[in-house]
Amino acid sequence: MRIPWWLPVPAVLGGLFVVVPVLAMVGRVQWGSFAALVTSPASLTALGLSLGTAAAATGIAFVLGLPLAVVFSRVRSRWVGVARAVVLLPLVLPPVVGGLALLAAFGRLGPLGGFLDAHGVRIAFTTAAVVVAQTFVAMPFLVTSVEGALRSSGDRYERVAATLGAGPTRVLLTVTLPRALPGIASGLVLCFARALGEFGATLTFAGSLQGVTRTLPLEIYLQREVDPDTAIALALVLVVVAVVVIGATSVRSGLRPVTT
Amino acid sequence: MRSRTTTPIVVAAASLVLLTGCSTGTSQANSTSTSTGSITVFAAASLQQTFTTLGRDYERAHPGTTVTFSFAGSSDLVTQIQNGAPADVFASADEPNMRKLTDAHLIDGSAEPFATNSLQIAVAPGNPERIHDLGDLTAPGLQVVTCAAPVPCGAATQEVEQAAGVTLRPVSEEQSVTDVLGKVESGQADAGLVYVTDVRGAGGKVDGVAFDAARRAVNTDPIGVVHGSANADLARSFSAYVRSEDGQKVLAAAGFGAP
Repeated sequence: MRIPWWLPVPAVLGGLFVVVPVLAMVGRVQWGSFAALVTSPASLTALGLSLGTAAAATGIAFVLGLPLAVVFSRVRSRWVGVARAVVLLPLVLPPVVGGLALLAAFGRLGPLGGFLDAHGVRIAFTTAAVVVAQTFVAMPFLVTSVEGALRSSGDRYERVAATLGAGPTRVLLTVTLPRALPGIASGLVLCFARALGEFGATLTFAGSLQGVTRTLPLEIYLQREVDPDTAIALALVLVVVAVVVIGATSVRSGLRPVTT
Repeated sequence: MRSRTTTPIVVAAASLVLLTGCSTGTSQANSTSTSTGSITVFAAASLQQTFTTLGRDYERAHPGTTVTFSFAGSSDLVTQIQNGAPADVFASADEPNMRKLTDAHLIDGSAEPFATNSLQIAVAPGNPERIHDLGDLTAPGLQVVTCAAPVPCGAATQEVEQAAGVTLRPVSEEQSVTDVLGKVESGQADAGLVYVTDVRGAGGKVDGVAFDAARRAVNTDPIGVVHGSANADLARSFSAYVRSEDGQKVLAAAGFGAP
């Protein structure tokens, strides 16, 4: 389609709105000490912890979120609508509220936390708590992305496969999911990126201890108290990681317009 | 480095203050000698309860004045003021943060101490873990939470550890004292090091355990008038009120010590 002649004006403004602050931040980076700041033990520990926990959270979100997306896109029931609204709640919830909710459930005084505590499993203040917080806030990104892909791909091929004698599991694994692969890939990337940037729920639910629960966003927030230069340098690292992660998929899939 | 682009904001704030000052000022001009109008006070998060009360009392004693507050961590407020936020008064939870502004000549005259605060051990109501001193916090299996070293309460924590010869192994080093308090209130942690005033402010949701070494790390809260205040007279008047006998009564009731 041809776009209206005036559309690029607000579009460029929209782009600048995002780009200018990021560039302004890059402008504040003290390049002379950049390498020393981002390779300090605290920084590297935080970066490693962030990458590890975000990967774990994305894995859990894949295992739990993919079935959800299939159910949401293929099951016709009004309860699905209700369930979707609830499951996608973390998308619109302030992360700190998510942290409070997790605390109420998995905290030592919460029903699940109390049960686990009684069986010797303690989540509070462990790396597991970080992964739980990240999964909670990031999984909806995977669910919506995959559900959208499944809806737009339709179920014609699935019905054909079923008439040819394929069972539901075989249809799911050989027809439904392969056709949704781009959506699954972008869902995984969004989920990982969101988990990487998680701050509020982690701070509220998991705490902050170097090497255990203090991920890169928490380290940035803490460094900002005493050393803005380090905070800016680490922020740039996070931006670069996010750009690489998102760029890796969107460049390939973004070249062609979305078709159904 | 940071540049100060205060002029447009200050001008806007000044005109706003002048407008409100004119409209309310005429009727009250003869009642008191102090100025009228409105000021914005930037105060440390730990001062939220007391300063809200102080502001209300001040407005009542000085008709025609409006005192609004912005509460946040002291270092956040310092950054905002350095970047030109329209503050008239700054009340810090510690001296190093105030020093950042006085060193940059962003405070008129000098900052004056108005209160002191010291640490206590916050524990669950009834003290189920029987904690009576700092050394008890090293018991194995005990979930202890403190502030991280870079924030004021964390610096105080390190001082009391050194003074008592105790090395704590916290399960979490939080970003602010309210986060520490929250972890104890919610039962996530067994104990946490917070200020006396935080225990008092929690209203029974935690018990406070005083310990000897706390006297070795007494925190002083200073207050000062921000340079370029559009209503410096009122700002000075409010600062003086905080340090007056009436103001000190409110602070003492919240658990603050005299400066």
